[in-house]
Amino acid sequence: MAKFECPECGYIYDEADGNPREGFPAGTKWADVPDDWNCPDCGVRDKIDFQQVGG
Amino acid sequence: MSSTASPTFEPAEHHHDHDDPIELNPPESWTDPKRYAWMLAVLIPMAPFGAYIIDQLTGVGAVYWLGPLLIFVIFPGLDHLIGTDAENPPDSILKWLEEDRYYRRVTYAWVPVQYAGLIFGCYLWAYGGLSTVESIGLAFTLGTVNGIAIATAHELGHKRESLERWLSKIALAPTFYGHFYIEHNRGHHVRVSTPEDPASSRFGENFYAFWPRTVYGSLKSAISIEKKRLERTGDGFWTIKNDLVNAWLMSIVLFAGLTAVFGWVVLPYLLVQAVIGFSMLEVVNYLEHYGLLRQKKEDGRYERCQPHHSWNSNMVASNVFLFHLQRHSDHHAHPTRRYQSLRHYEEAPELPEGYATMIVYALIPPLWRRIMDQRTVDHYGGDMSRLNIHPRKREKILRKYGTPAT
Repeated sequence: MAKFECPECGYIYDEADGNPREGFPAGTKWADVPDDWNCPDCGVRDKIDFQQVGG
Repeated sequence: MSSTASPTFEPAEHHHDHDDPIELNPPESWTDPKRYAWMLAVLIPMAPFGAYIIDQLTGVGAVYWLGPLLIFVIFPGLDHLIGTDAENPPDSILKWLEEDRYYRRVTYAWVPVQYAGLIFGCYLWAYGGLSTVESIGLAFTLGTVNGIAIATAHELGHKRESLERWLSKIALAPTFYGHFYIEHNRGHHVRVSTPEDPASSRFGENFYAFWPRTVYGSLKSAISIEKKRLERTGDGFWTIKNDLVNAWLMSIVLFAGLTAVFGWVVLPYLLVQAVIGFSMLEVVNYLEHYGLLRQKKEDGRYERCQPHHSWNSNMVASNVFLFHLQRHSDHHAHPTRRYQSLRHYEEAPELPEGYATMIVYALIPPLWRRIMDQRTVDHYGGDMSRLNIHPRKREKILRKYGTPAT
């Protein structure tokens, strides 16, 4: 399970947790998150701007 | 970007890893000159009480028009008396400053006082023995308070904590503007200073043309953003989980409750103050990005919002009452950053006056054009291709200021 971080605000999308509020249940792969989705906290970085973190 | 004395716009390394231990001791080298001034912001929602007390002491009922008096006379006067402040907290202490909970408590305190004032206003409409003119004045005063409340809701609504997100919605309920919380964060911030953003005003577009475009466009945008999210969750649009539905329900319950307690007499005044309130927000939207435009990159995406895509002001008085909203460039660069940490940028365009005075100009379009149009053209060095121009006025504007360089 990989984690991806918003380079602006530090929000982390963790595949293990997903983001149920945004419609991504726990376990949703990063690849299955739509490309036009943007950071749910700051709104000013898109999916393609996120960077993989940790392991 | 030219480099100047102002802070780095995009730090190479982000400074907000939330797992880092936070230094709890304040730096000895820097104190916040505005630290205790922020508490004065809570005077705004006390306006209905203030008006009542002055009326009782002096018998001058015109004081119920205190709200417009604050915006059109008192704040512009205070801005001129107190002047500007370009003080920035050093980068090294930003994290500490963000975590100092004193600052957020000031915003939490704002909301209960706002509601106390609203209830007191309804009491005055119902039982205060006010003349019709005084009652209308009170509606304008409550509209002003609940309009400025949108600035407080704005500060709260950008945060991660659920308490702050809820307080944000509660502060928006008296103006029926709960959808702002969705549209602003996920719509306006994404498309700011582009022709696609309903809440960014265009060069040559006067406030009265902007008002219907932003009121309708922002509502439409909020609905489409929330619809898309609820399609992904599989809940469908009509659910209490819909942040528009639950926010508007809050407004309906509030208005119905106040009408049930104080009688039908308060309802028309409540509606008037709601329209005044959200129009206050929209006039502020009008002046924040007037004519400014982000360029499209080769890959079809817009360049990131830069300091030069927002108008700023360092007027101390209006900054204190609006929680640094006028340090707008830093806010768009770092939307989740707390108000006390927002910084001034040398290279960002500066409004000639604070928001309060600029609101007066915005309401008088010929005056606005005279104050702002040449300033906006000069900001882009006369390169008309860099402006967000109102399509209906495009030809006329290009005849006057020259054609875009290609």
